[in-house]
Amino acid sequence: MSIVEAILLTIVTASTPLLIAALGELVTERSGVLNLGVEGMMAMGAACGFAGAILFDSTLLGVLCGILAGGLTAALFAFAVLGLAANQVASGLALTIFGLGLSGLIGAPFIGARRDPITHLHIPGLTDLPLVGRLFFGQDAFVYASLLLCLGVGWFLFRTRKGLLLRAVGENQTSAHSLGLPVLRVRLLAILFGGACAGLAGAYLSLVYTRFWSPGMTSGRGWIAVALVVFAAWRPDWALFGAYLFGAATVLQLHAQAAAIGIPSQALSALPYLATIVALVVLSLGRRRDTGAPGSLGAPFVPDR
Amino acid sequence: MRIELQQRQAPSAIARLLAPVLALAAAFLLGGVVVAAMGRSPLAALDVYVLQPLSDPWALQEMVVKATPLVLIAVGLSFCFRANLWNIGAEGQFVVGAICGSTVALATHGTEAGAWVLPAMLLLGTLGGMAWASVPAFLRARFGVSEILTSLMLVYVAELILDYLVRGPWRDPKGFNFPQSVTFDEAATLPFLTDGGRLHVGILMALVAVVVAFVVMGHTIFGYRLRVTGEAPRAARFSGFSEPRTTFIVFAISGGLAGLAGIVEVAGQIGQLKPSISPGYGFTAIIVAFLGRLNPFGILLAGLVMALTFIGGEAAQITLRLPFDLTRTFQGILLFCVLGADALVTYRVRLVRGAPAQAAGRAA
Repeated sequence: MSIVEAILLTIVTASTPLLIAALGELVTERSGVLNLGVEGMMAMGAACGFAGAILFDSTLLGVLCGILAGGLTAALFAFAVLGLAANQVASGLALTIFGLGLSGLIGAPFIGARRDPITHLHIPGLTDLPLVGRLFFGQDAFVYASLLLCLGVGWFLFRTRKGLLLRAVGENQTSAHSLGLPVLRVRLLAILFGGACAGLAGAYLSLVYTRFWSPGMTSGRGWIAVALVVFAAWRPDWALFGAYLFGAATVLQLHAQAAAIGIPSQALSALPYLATIVALVVLSLGRRRDTGAPGSLGAPFVPDR
Repeated sequence: MRIELQQRQAPSAIARLLAPVLALAAAFLLGGVVVAAMGRSPLAALDVYVLQPLSDPWALQEMVVKATPLVLIAVGLSFCFRANLWNIGAEGQFVVGAICGSTVALATHGTEAGAWVLPAMLLLGTLGGMAWASVPAFLRARFGVSEILTSLMLVYVAELILDYLVRGPWRDPKGFNFPQSVTFDEAATLPFLTDGGRLHVGILMALVAVVVAFVVMGHTIFGYRLRVTGEAPRAARFSGFSEPRTTFIVFAISGGLAGLAGIVEVAGQIGQLKPSISPGYGFTAIIVAFLGRLNPFGILLAGLVMALTFIGGEAAQITLRLPFDLTRTFQGILLFCVLGADALVTYRVRLVRGAPAQAAGRAA
């Protein structure tokens, strides 16, 4: 395997969790809810996913545990912001602090454990093609699932009635409500979907990306996923592009560190965070007025009677 | 079964006082559930977390020491939050403040530099925090970039800069290769309030910040402008309050106080730079600000309460072998409870059976 091929393969693995988490958050935000707790839900997914995989000795069950954990923590957030109309920004922060803490408690007994690599697709002939074979026909199931998810979210949002409904709720909650749309129920489902995606992304981190669990292993990826949604102007196709761009930046930065090119490793580690800021600025230059943000994003909704 | 919120005519005064207390009680209850789920006794944990520190004079002093950075940062953050601006990167401003202030301490190390060292450190620390906070403020005011994301990303960057400095250029050559700077001279260390005690003059600065913030918020045009900007942004625009200016000012205040807290922590408490100088004060201060209901005196009280969770957390680590993540979990639960309890102030909360909300909406 050539070094270029190896790098390309790691870029895919680094981008997949970002893509999955960003897609979940994208749907949540399209419904008008800003959930800044992605980092916490992802951490929960990573810890519970890993714990589940070890306890049941099954990656699949582990992943399910991760999804469930993400969904459950998201339900907590939903209770606060929908049930009690709490401030969404602050509740998201609470979710992050809570998720990072609780995931530490759950994961602690599993420090030091390792999982075997999961099986990758293998199509005789195709997978063995030089350079592109492994890249296109030799990935793990999650990579293909994440691409399908991207297509699915795009199809749902822009090609189905339910998706239109969700966007309407996010765009103008008052109008949606006066038309009789179930604003809070739509948002509840969107928040749960976002949580499940973040949980899945976290489980992918601990079960596939590193194959072990360590405290704080999400290291800001949840936040980068939130930034990706803004970067993508709330569009799934752009989220795909953005996730791979950031995945590539992360991986190349690691390779540069390994190559010891005389730049302090900390400067390279800071690159993904600085790149996020730069990307947000550059994008805002392009679209001065219309950022693409849903109209009711972040506003609490209390049905008046 | 579902929850129904009914807007109150006016915010309930009783609920306003009661909400934080109720939130604390609920958080302790839920925290107890977590401890029980870990197979430990919640009562033993309550004893170690709360009762023992409160009955031990040494721990009480320690509590005030830990409350100092929390109160300083949270007072600053309350200005942002009142204006509905979200500086969540106080942790980074804290670190940069510590770095900038320390340059003086390190430059004068081993010299006969006089009494100007400490004021210079505090000033530079404050300016450093301000500068770090002005980046998200500028990006927000000039380009409309979300200050939430940029201020948070800069936390990681600040921590990496500190890590680089203490492992590289600022490492103590006689420090057995430990990643830490030299220990500050006495001229660069905050004096203690009493001989042999733990309290340093930092707490006085926190108290001054509380009083000044109280006066500014309640009794100046600027404080009034902040409230209007936060509660009625359209009205604020119509009355000619410049949003970019407000953004810059509140970020400068919060960044400056976080930077001051950083250098106060290093000069008063730690005495040198290390890769990690904060157990997450910048994030915990967000909880402090909300628990104190964005009121300076409320924040002072809330800072002491949150400091208790740090002290108790450390004690529980040693005596009960309960991990520090339990403290973090509890802090998250507490913030949820505080925000949820806010609903009681603005709304009448009722549990209703049956008919979904939109049916009622349609009828109206």
